[in-house]
Amino acid sequence: MQVPRLAATDLACRRGDRILFRGLSLVLAPGEALQLVGANGIGKSSLIRILAGLLPPFAGLVESEGTLALADERLALDGHLPLGQALAFWRRVDRIAPDATAPLPDFGLADLADVPVRYLSTGQRKRAALARIAASGAAIWLLDEPLNGLDSHWSGVAQAGIAAHCAGGGIAVIASHQPVDLPHLARTALADYVP
Amino acid sequence: MIARLWPIFVRDFVLLLKGAQGRGGAVLPLLFFMAVAMLFPFAVGPDARLLQRTGAGVIWVGALLAAILPLDRLVEPDVEAGFFDQWALRGLSEEVLLVSRIVAHWLSFGVPLMLAAPIAAGLLSLDGAQLATVELGLLLGTPGLAAIGVTIAALTAGLRAGSALGGLLAIPLAVPLLIFGAGSLQRGGEGGLLLLAAASLAALAIAPFAGGAAIRAGRE
Repeated sequence: MQVPRLAATDLACRRGDRILFRGLSLVLAPGEALQLVGANGIGKSSLIRILAGLLPPFAGLVESEGTLALADERLALDGHLPLGQALAFWRRVDRIAPDATAPLPDFGLADLADVPVRYLSTGQRKRAALARIAASGAAIWLLDEPLNGLDSHWSGVAQAGIAAHCAGGGIAVIASHQPVDLPHLARTALADYVP
Repeated sequence: MIARLWPIFVRDFVLLLKGAQGRGGAVLPLLFFMAVAMLFPFAVGPDARLLQRTGAGVIWVGALLAAILPLDRLVEPDVEAGFFDQWALRGLSEEVLLVSRIVAHWLSFGVPLMLAAPIAAGLLSLDGAQLATVELGLLLGTPGLAAIGVTIAALTAGLRAGSALGGLLAIPLAVPLLIFGAGSLQRGGEGGLLLLAAASLAALAIAPFAGGAAIRAGRE
């Protein structure tokens, strides 16, 4: 796997006629995690989408090396399929053999493999999204509110999973207003970049 | 690239054929098409010569309406659920994804229409030669209808009342296919098939690029 890297220089984001933030720069090396904090509507999700390359920044530049994975409020799993099959679709797209996923954290989804995705609860959907990106083998995880709806037990498991990813040389960017406890975690408050 | 695309194409095809979760399958457009062919003789009466003269046009109108029926589930649900975002992250271009979707859409609606056309032809008193021309016309024209459908579906994905708007937008674009398709059944109208193929090819050539640009522009 190539050495992942995520860097952004002097980013600005405009929504409508409002500048949400500007002058934001960040550099993440392997093993590093960054938490984006800020009030609702300050642009955390927009920044995640800019870093993912899905939204063009109003100004600035994003450079990334390594594969990206995104978990946001859109689950990208077929609601009518059992969870196991819905996750298997992404394994086929990502060309990952089923047994290769064995050592990954499964976020307690083994018991839910036969449950159609549309019947999952909020917390279960979050765990499914984490399992999807953990299985993708991507080096850079972009997580939008990954701990929403998780109880304290699963929140701990999810943070341990993110920590394991970083310990393995991965990068994680976490947009969350909840406290996140990870080693080597940097914090960026978007409020500092509001014009 | 192809290896990654194959499971996506299979998913497109299965979803469009069988339908699931608020997406009807291929059956509904087919029933709609058959209903048009069945109702027309009731409306104009059983005069076989009149039916024979007008029947081919009815088949084409039915095909056009059947193509419009599934518009709202061609692209919108996958944009909404984040599938296109996830594919973009994996470096799969929208253009290629839409080519896959056009093929899947054609297989799930064009081919069933061609299979149903003999029954419709029987209901409308078309003779064998006319049926052959209709089948050839559908073979040439339905790929164009599928391409127009996917383009419009991509354009209207994410809009409120997108499905109603989609139908209105698709009809004028599909008029050339209708004219050449139905026109090819007139006496001496064989040249219409060539024009039909040309119109269909033009739609197929433009669709992935127009639709891909629409999906990218619709991201927020």
